[in-house]
Amino acid sequence: MAAPSRDDMDSEQRRRRKHGMLKMYYGLDDEAGKEATTDPIDIDGAHFDPDVYLARLMREKRLTELVDREVDMVKQIRSLDSDMQTLVYENYNKFISATDTIRKMKTDFKKMEEEMDRLATNMDAITDFSAKISGTLQDRREQITKLSSVHMLLKKLQFLFELPARLKKCIEMKAYSQAVRYYVKARAVLLQYQHMTSFHGIQQDCNEIVNDLRMILREQFSNRESSAKQLAESVDLLLQLKEPPDELCDEFLSHAKEKLDEDLAEIASQVDPALVGTQQPDSTAAMEGTDETRPAEKLMRNIPMDILEFIDSSCNSFLSNISLLIASYKELFVDRQATDSQEQEKLVEVAHAKLAEFVNSRMQQYFTHVDERIKTEKSTVDNSLLVRALDRFYRRLLATDRLVPQLKIIERASAIIAQCGHERALFYFDGLKRHFSECMTDIRQTLCAPRIAGKKDKPDMVDLLNTTTTSVVEQLKVILTNLKAFIASDITFSQTPYFRGPFCQDDVREGLLVAFFRHMYSASRDLCDGVGEKGSTTAPALILVLSRLLLDFESTTISQLLVLTDELFPIDNRRSLTQTSVLCAEAQSAAQTLLNHYVKVQGLQISQMLRKSVETRDWLNTIEPRTVRAVMKRVVEDITTIDSQVGALYEEGIRKAHSSDSSRRALSYSVSKQQQQRMQRSYASSSNFDTSLMSNIQKLFSERIEIFSSVEFSKVSILTGIVKISLKTFLECIRLRTFGRYGLQQIQVDTHYLNLYLWRFVSDEKLVHFLLDEVVGSALHRCLDAVLMETSIVEVICDRG
Amino acid sequence: MWVPVLQIVNMEDDAPVIYGLEFQARALTAQVAESEVIRFLVGTQSLKNENQVHLLEFDDDNNILNKTVFLHKDGEIWHISSSPANKSILTTCYNKIIDSKISTCAALWRIPSDADPSDQDQEIQDDSSAYARPLEVLCRLDNSDIGNFISVLWEPQGDGSKVLSVSDGHLTQWDIEASGSEAKVSSSAALESKGHPKFSAGRWNPHHNNTQAATANDTTIRGWDLRTMKQCYTIENAHGQLVRDLDFNPNKQYYLASCGDDCKVKFWDVRNTELPVLTLTDHSHWVWSVRYNQFHDQLVLSSSSDSRVILTNAASISSEPFGHLDEEDDDSEKEDEAETKPKEPIKDGLIANYEEHEDSVYAAEWSTVDPWLFASLSYDGRLVINRVPKAEKYKILL
Repeated sequence: MAAPSRDDMDSEQRRRRKHGMLKMYYGLDDEAGKEATTDPIDIDGAHFDPDVYLARLMREKRLTELVDREVDMVKQIRSLDSDMQTLVYENYNKFISATDTIRKMKTDFKKMEEEMDRLATNMDAITDFSAKISGTLQDRREQITKLSSVHMLLKKLQFLFELPARLKKCIEMKAYSQAVRYYVKARAVLLQYQHMTSFHGIQQDCNEIVNDLRMILREQFSNRESSAKQLAESVDLLLQLKEPPDELCDEFLSHAKEKLDEDLAEIASQVDPALVGTQQPDSTAAMEGTDETRPAEKLMRNIPMDILEFIDSSCNSFLSNISLLIASYKELFVDRQATDSQEQEKLVEVAHAKLAEFVNSRMQQYFTHVDERIKTEKSTVDNSLLVRALDRFYRRLLATDRLVPQLKIIERASAIIAQCGHERALFYFDGLKRHFSECMTDIRQTLCAPRIAGKKDKPDMVDLLNTTTTSVVEQLKVILTNLKAFIASDITFSQTPYFRGPFCQDDVREGLLVAFFRHMYSASRDLCDGVGEKGSTTAPALILVLSRLLLDFESTTISQLLVLTDELFPIDNRRSLTQTSVLCAEAQSAAQTLLNHYVKVQGLQISQMLRKSVETRDWLNTIEPRTVRAVMKRVVEDITTIDSQVGALYEEGIRKAHSSDSSRRALSYSVSKQQQQRMQRSYASSSNFDTSLMSNIQKLFSERIEIFSSVEFSKVSILTGIVKISLKTFLECIRLRTFGRYGLQQIQVDTHYLNLYLWRFVSDEKLVHFLLDEVVGSALHRCLDAVLMETSIVEVICDRG
Repeated sequence: MWVPVLQIVNMEDDAPVIYGLEFQARALTAQVAESEVIRFLVGTQSLKNENQVHLLEFDDDNNILNKTVFLHKDGEIWHISSSPANKSILTTCYNKIIDSKISTCAALWRIPSDADPSDQDQEIQDDSSAYARPLEVLCRLDNSDIGNFISVLWEPQGDGSKVLSVSDGHLTQWDIEASGSEAKVSSSAALESKGHPKFSAGRWNPHHNNTQAATANDTTIRGWDLRTMKQCYTIENAHGQLVRDLDFNPNKQYYLASCGDDCKVKFWDVRNTELPVLTLTDHSHWVWSVRYNQFHDQLVLSSSSDSRVILTNAASISSEPFGHLDEEDDDSEKEDEAETKPKEPIKDGLIANYEEHEDSVYAAEWSTVDPWLFASLSYDGRLVINRVPKAEKYKILL
């Protein structure tokens, strides 16, 4: 396929070249040909110079080449000759017909020449005639032109003279725009020729009429019943009448203001029904007789709308009005096409300023009302309505904001919404606080109740703890879910960063959750501080439950709740957040404080009992001990109660290794035996020198006992704390008294009894031994007639008790 | 037992000086009339042995305590106080057992005149107990009507002619003859309230021309006008439990410190008795004594049966809350201090915790001579002399 196409192309090329040569021959050379022909040695070119070419060939080529060239040339000439022959042959007919045509043309042209000559003579004649005619008609034409211009002028004048009447008629027909158009047309002329009396008269008439028109227009403008279109028309016309635009703006706005103020008053009445009560008399007086439905309406008003309804109605009335107002205002004053651009700019500027001021003040009022209304929503628990109302509010304002973006209406609206969110959070926070204190009251009450009801002390504590924890956590969760409504995805304002961020972080997480935890800590701590000041009655058990509660919070609840909150209220910037670990640490320290306090209170209660019992007795003149004193039994009982109380909530804790129960009594006996021996020895040796040497030496080797050290979160540690405080008190009281023989023996019996029962509560039984040793030792020192009782008798007495 | 001493030595402060008595002891006082030498008086408490009064003189330069022992034959001493006018006169409250009944009596004593410690140093140190001379009885206060004595208080900065006694149910004012040989009841007031309340402590107010005193019974603090012997104020429930001791601020006339069994030290403005102005909870057991420093009232010393002595800074309620200011009611003793101007206010809080004692510390007293020195006495008879830490001292002085 390629071959024929190449042949085609070749033949095509050849033909073209031939054509080109023919063209050249006939002087029809195209541009390309022209360019190509400048070279004299181009054998195909038009400017070919055989001499130059030959000379050049002779000079440049060698003989063989010349011979070759000659052969080549001859060949070419031959082929050219044959080509020419074929060409001539091919075009022979054409040549013949061309000659015929040329011949025919020659004859035709001769004929044409004659006719053309005739035409020329005719034309000359026509020209002469026409010149003559125009010469004769010249004067008339001038006259006609003059006449027609006079006619025009007269028509105008007539218009002018008729203008007052027309205007009147127009006004009668209420075709105000027509009238204005007429007047505007004539105004310039009248102004120009006002020095002529007649025109002056007309002008005056016109002005009077136009003034009337103005009045009418203004009336229409100021008529509150007139529609927006009418308003727009009148404003437009007034502007055309060159009324000062700022005055018009003012007037327009002041009319609008009346309407909006009505709306605002309506809104205000919704916000504060009491306010309406005071306003009612004037308005009813004004409307008396005109409105029969008034009482019903009044009744309606007294039923407060809910927030959604309120926002809806306020949006519908006020916001749509103000939007309409802004739109029409813009249309009237801002978007008008005026001839003078400078004037226009000025106008726009003024108009904008006025609008801004006006809208600002109205919106301000509106926002104040809405704000107040929203604030009255504080007490409701359900959020969805409020959120929906806020959303609607926001969306409507978004639309309004688009009309006047420079006023930043939406920012203020956002501020109101943010404020509302903040207040909701605060409200819930208050609610939580209340809930927490109610929980505490509940605990207190249930703690009081079962003592009367029965002996179900143990499960009660756990139940109490669990119910309190659950109720607090549930309450928190409910509140979080409620607040979640604020950032639901279908709520428009929730998507804006300046609401979402601060709301999630400052209001919900920090303001609600973290603040609530802190409140719990401080409220619990307050309980501790309160006691002892003015005989406050905080039940120790409450403190115990709270401490456990806080400990539970520390271990799980806080992190759970924080995670939940973070899920519900995602926060981007986590830097300024209170860390979970910090909260947990605070919880633990609060729990520690509470527990320390519990130990202190319980310890002091038992101490008080012991102190009174020691102080009120005359130890010098007491009878021989027969029983353990009742107060000791009471002490053991109380400690047992505390033990079960604490045991319900706290783990056992670590004890120092001690012997098994079965050998317990024997051991304690042997200890008391040693102790007795030691006492007797020390007593025996105390006749003359340092009596306290023994105990001092013993102290030297025993650890120093912290009477009140911080307790651990375990039952044993708590009980140890209480026992330590109690026994130390016992010791101090003993030291303040002086004993007779039986007094000492009574103490001996009592301490033995305590020794029998207290070891099981403490972490290190040596502690009890040591403190009781000290007690007996001190009693020995303070005894005038120190004779100790037989250990066997002591045991018998204790067994009996 | 001596380990704490070594620790203190390491801390650039002067080491505490420890002195051991043979007997148990509760009663401690500074020798008030002495203005040259640092001296303390200690009364022992022993049922079976003859009780003693130790006159201890502290040699500041050599850090040595010199003692002189006097016999107090009448019984174990529960309280001791020394005359502000005559350094050889002192009073004690002591237990006496008559017909197996204990009664606490009080007496005025004179230290034997030739027992000037500076002369007797050598002999006393050689053989202390053997060479003990008895105190001379000046007069005994009659307790037949007023019950057991708790304490006898000398009129602050007085001429030694007036004492106030606090006994079980009475607050009694006594006039003492110039020779000291006779004491007469000049006025007395009974504590009247539900039950059978007993005073637990009392303190003479050094302000208002010494016309006021305060007492404590159970949890209540009462203020008394000594001219009419009527109560002028009460602080109900001042402490959660028994109030053990009281002290007046030497520079601020309405300020009072109290301590008690609830392990707290509280400071009161007696014009407003609803709430304490400051509460300290550093102790872990009953607080037995609280003492204002007589020169720098921001320094408060408290001792407790947790065997600790705690020095606290209560600058915010002191007469110099913002450093040194000239007070209108400057004591004459404050003159040396007048040149000093602390630049920045010192913060409240615990200054030092002294743990040299092994047993309950029932008394701690400031020296009346050296404003930076104090003594504390624990039940096991150990007396420790300590100083305010130098850092704190410079903070106050500079």
